[in-house]
Amino acid sequence: MARFPKPPEGSWTEHYELGTEPMSYEDSISPEFFELEREAIFKRAWLNVGRVEQLPRNGSYFTKELAVARTSVIIVRDREGQVRAFHNVCRHRGNKLVWNDFPKEETSGISRQFVCKYHGWRYDLDGSCSFVQQEQEFFDLDKADYGLVPVHCDVWAGFIFINLAKAPEQNLTEFLGPMVTALENYPFHLQSERWFYRSPVSANWKLYLDAFQEFYHAPILHAKQTPTDLSVPMQQAGFEAPYYGIDGPHRVVSTAGIFPWNLAPNQLKPMEILTRSGLFGPWDMPDLNFEQKPAGLNPAGCDPWGLDSFQIFPNFVILIWGQSWYLTYHYWPTASNQHIFEGTLYFVPAKTARERVAHELAALSFKEYGHQDANTLEATQTMLESRVLDRFPLGDQEVLCRHLHKVTGEWVDDYKRELSEVKR
Amino acid sequence: MTDALLPNEFSDLERFAVKWCLATEQERYMERLSSSMEDMQALYDAVTARAEEAMVYCDKFPLDEMPEDALNLMRLLYSLVMVSFPVEVWGQPRIPDTGAAYLDLLVEPIP
Ligand code: FES
Ligand SMILES: [Fe+2]
Repeated sequence: MARFPKPPEGSWTEHYELGTEPMSYEDSISPEFFELEREAIFKRAWLNVGRVEQLPRNGSYFTKELAVARTSVIIVRDREGQVRAFHNVCRHRGNKLVWNDFPKEETSGISRQFVCKYHGWRYDLDGSCSFVQQEQEFFDLDKADYGLVPVHCDVWAGFIFINLAKAPEQNLTEFLGPMVTALENYPFHLQSERWFYRSPVSANWKLYLDAFQEFYHAPILHAKQTPTDLSVPMQQAGFEAPYYGIDGPHRVVSTAGIFPWNLAPNQLKPMEILTRSGLFGPWDMPDLNFEQKPAGLNPAGCDPWGLDSFQIFPNFVILIWGQSWYLTYHYWPTASNQHIFEGTLYFVPAKTARERVAHELAALSFKEYGHQDANTLEATQTMLESRVLDRFPLGDQEVLCRHLHKVTGEWVDDYKRELSEVKR
Repeated sequence: MTDALLPNEFSDLERFAVKWCLATEQERYMERLSSSMEDMQALYDAVTARAEEAMVYCDKFPLDEMPEDALNLMRLLYSLVMVSFPVEVWGQPRIPDTGAAYLDLLVEPIP
């Protein structure tokens, strides 16, 4: 018996016309398909690379390694305060411009200009070439022709996005669409206490997205993380989301919550009671000073409300918790069966030791769950690659997984069609 | 007692200080992985009993102006949180079924 009403068609899957037949996961094991994804998706979509708080001052910069697009990008706040992006390559003979010690590691800092380590060419924060060593030795060289190669860069709600296309088909706001941009006035900027996790994962990037866009697995895979007095009834009930939303290539799942402080003590871990915190966040919530709750939040009007997880195509997730904090996920592919996972938690900065300890338990809980999720993926990837099976039934609580793979396929098909049109 | 790491009022926890007053989550996580359940249970029992008083003590200072001994007390509370999963949930230092998976915390708030 469903706890939450389904759409009139009887299921979310049929409501969004995603087909109910078993699904292929060939798109997650084929190296050829991955080569297409590089071009069709990661060199065309807007990609989130961080937040404006990571560039606190003019001259602040960080680099982002984009193995999936075989490039590295510098993100910098220029002298006028504008956020810009450039390919991280020197115009002289192609050395990587900004790096420390290890060329493949990301770096960040503050600088008045960028100086190439190889022959000392210099670039201003706006990308223009400002100095060429022994300029008189060169032939008809005009520095004005040798600025850094710009990358399209725009900011929405403090999130910095880049687009590697020569001419993006949509601007950032168009790309994000009404469902995501409805979060615009959520107070992301107040939540500047940042916890950044990274993990290499031996699985296709879409498998991890799938793991975090369905909660069907949660009462089972994570059962041991809650006392049996809570995990047993949770398993018996199973998981149901009150709302799934789809807008263009993007998705959202919203969940009902619980007030942990109303649970019986035998349904909580002692440390949760002691710190008044847990996976869902601190129990004593900061005031987020909502002037007006963003229209896109808690679409099912749940009370208590658990979370909204916005899956922004292709590889970016903003997950907003009912308990007044948020986190982001990024999945950066490196091969058909490898990617780098990044998780970033954001809280209103703790003002007291007690608040800080509550954050410590929320963050550690995230890590304990994340470990379980990540290891399951390796186990899945290897067996998908065995190709013993080629069709997999997905339930209605897995509707968003279906949508991700469908959209991925559509972008790849569009790209292939355009390629063949060019050839003709 | 001049080389004590913790405030006087918490001298009963001093025996845990050298091992567990660690500045970063990464260090605390490594310490957990290399510790015995007996060690972690002992820390858990002792610090849990004093945790409320410890938070009251630390709350007397602004977070960015903590004296060193109060800071160490905070770190001991973080270590209490760190060992709570082995002690309360897993019965072992490592998360079960997680083989070689790791998730490194590269940026965290200080303190
Ligand atoms: S490659 Fe950069 S100055 Fe020569
Ligand atoms: Fe999970």
